[in-house]
Amino acid sequence: MRNTRRTLICAVATVGALTSVAACGGGSDSSASGTGGSGGTYTFWDPYPQFDASSAWGKLVGKCGTEAGVKVKRTAMDTTDLGNKALLAAQQGNAPDVMLVDNPVVSTLVEAGILNKTGDLGLDTKSIQKNILGAGEIDGSSYGVPIGANTLALYYNKKVLAAAGVDPASVKDWNSLTAALKKVKAAGKKGITFSAINTEEGSFQFLPWFWGAGGDLTQLDSAKGVAALSLWKGWVDDGLAPKDVLQNTQTTSWQEFATGTYAFGENGTWQLGNADKAGFDYGVISIPGQSGGAAPVPTGGEFVTVPIQKDSGRYDVTKKIVTCLTSSANLLATDTTLAYVAPTAAVQTEQVKANPELKPWVDAVAAARGRTSGGLGTKYPTISQPMWTAVQSALSGGQSPQAALDAAQKAADKGGS
Amino acid sequence: MTLARVDRRAPRSPARPRETGTADPADGPALRRHRRRRNRLTALAFLAPLALYLAAFYVYPLYRNLDLSLRDYTVRSFVAGDAPFSGLDNFRTVLDDPTFGPAMRHTMIFTFVSIAFQYGAGLALAVFFNRHFRLAATLRALFLIPWLLPLIVSASTWSWMLNSESGVLNHALRTVGVAPVDWLNSPHWALTSVIIANIWIGIPFNLVILYSGLQNIPGELYEAASLDGASAWQQFRRITFPLLRPVSAITLLLGLVYTLKVFDLIWIMTKGGPSDASSTLATWSYQLGFGSLLPKFGPGAAVGNILILIALVFGLLYIRVQRRQEA
Repeated sequence: MRNTRRTLICAVATVGALTSVAACGGGSDSSASGTGGSGGTYTFWDPYPQFDASSAWGKLVGKCGTEAGVKVKRTAMDTTDLGNKALLAAQQGNAPDVMLVDNPVVSTLVEAGILNKTGDLGLDTKSIQKNILGAGEIDGSSYGVPIGANTLALYYNKKVLAAAGVDPASVKDWNSLTAALKKVKAAGKKGITFSAINTEEGSFQFLPWFWGAGGDLTQLDSAKGVAALSLWKGWVDDGLAPKDVLQNTQTTSWQEFATGTYAFGENGTWQLGNADKAGFDYGVISIPGQSGGAAPVPTGGEFVTVPIQKDSGRYDVTKKIVTCLTSSANLLATDTTLAYVAPTAAVQTEQVKANPELKPWVDAVAAARGRTSGGLGTKYPTISQPMWTAVQSALSGGQSPQAALDAAQKAADKGGS
Repeated sequence: MTLARVDRRAPRSPARPRETGTADPADGPALRRHRRRRNRLTALAFLAPLALYLAAFYVYPLYRNLDLSLRDYTVRSFVAGDAPFSGLDNFRTVLDDPTFGPAMRHTMIFTFVSIAFQYGAGLALAVFFNRHFRLAATLRALFLIPWLLPLIVSASTWSWMLNSESGVLNHALRTVGVAPVDWLNSPHWALTSVIIANIWIGIPFNLVILYSGLQNIPGELYEAASLDGASAWQQFRRITFPLLRPVSAITLLLGLVYTLKVFDLIWIMTKGGPSDASSTLATWSYQLGFGSLLPKFGPGAAVGNILILIALVFGLLYIRVQRRQEA
């Protein structure tokens, strides 16, 4: 008897020590409460923890609430946290009134059945660029209003290129880019840095090359996909790109570029502010396609979404808040703070007028594609994960690009079914 | 188990005989029953906070995790709460997954290699510091630093030191003319690198517990042994090690449980990569549940449960060994 009791204690203790990992999936999230009731408090979640209540963004959110006659309680959290928290909150029946989410998350939340269609709410999305809106469209219905868009291009260091005798205008396709990288390396500098980390960021950075080769996400192992991966692998193997791209987030990749020793860095619109602080002359070119022209790049940026509420009477006020946040004047202010490209042509024009450097980015956004567009929806995550795994296996030397992408396609087929 | 103990003790309570003595013998049994019920209620009231705590923070999460792993959860059914029961399907999916084999192997290698080195180094240092030389206390305190640092700090520092391009370790290798190693970016080295970092973090724990175990070994034994002409090694083999066995056993078991579930260190350093070269059951479980845009709660929970089962097996093994030692 005594012994069994002790066995039990020990078992419970052992198990308890482990639950911290295992139980994350089911934790109820009471801190996320905020049903608000009729007290006139509306909850608002966004993935911008870098902005506190006193920031321009924080004030704007508060102001939009005041204009709608209510108090807005804003909670900012990490972008990866936000998706999970949203699912848990919806499960508990206390989803926020308004939620800003990263665009590929929209399809997941729609799949979970927790978002309202913008059409049902009567939100106007006519003025928004089709390709930006597309990332929040599932089965022909739109589920969110983009707050702004960002995308990827190649930053280059003018001094490094000049020292190596490379004219940035000569970089038109993959061959000329690789040739430029070789010249830079011969001149004793480093070639290019990007992020090939095993998270969504890695897929985001790989997509311009994958699409630039004409690749199709439903067929990862096609010759075109292999060509894109071989390009990256070739760079890493020949020392034109550092091996630590495998660990680089887009932020650490930027830090590498900002050391001033790299000729090129693949990075996003949001680094423009940092680029001015980097202390060297830089330029921006669009990412070239395999045989010339600008490669299609993926759209980044967040959507304003309205989760389904039990009390549908709340939507009137919610609509006012969303309309306020996405009004032209506020979009201009917000997208300037975030260094995003506005989703409407009118605001883009104003942005370029204020800052002509944004012109290449506006063009890039116009040519960009949503990752979940083209009917992929929630299939995208099941493709993206095998894709970043394949990039990792190939670049680390574990597998050839063809073998890695074959395995990825197999995994995607299994995950998608 | 506390309940059983309280119950058994209640009838023996010294208050009872006195009270029954003064009471009218006619309504004695009724009063006794009443008092017994009150005693039991008091016991339950004392028990309630603990029981509630255990239920809310141990039983319910475990139950939820088991439930998650036995149902076919999609994001939709997760929110709606109507996921169909699917039996062991999630476990089958996980076991059939090509990631399972490597993840299991990595978990075992990570755990056992880490523990072996942590224990070895911890024991050596404990014996060393037990000699009470000057500055021993200071040095011992310095060895505790890895334990005191927040894990995110030490893991990030390791990851910088091991960086292929700008890491201090590769810089040192280059200076002495050795080809640099892709510590975290090569599938051959990634697991080794996280193991090295984990050993460093685990040594202080082993050192502290084993050192306190050493303090409990009476000094006369060593005096007697040295009078008999035992060498230092013989003293260690015949006295220190056997007398340290109970402490060693608990150190190893706790180390095992802690190491099995190590997640943050690996996640910060490699995220289980490159591809899956350093993924363990813990990182894989997280990857499934939270790592992609489309969470797979079912399989993620299944992997978590497998991890719990493994720890449970080792826990039971420990109890068996201990019981045999006591007998």
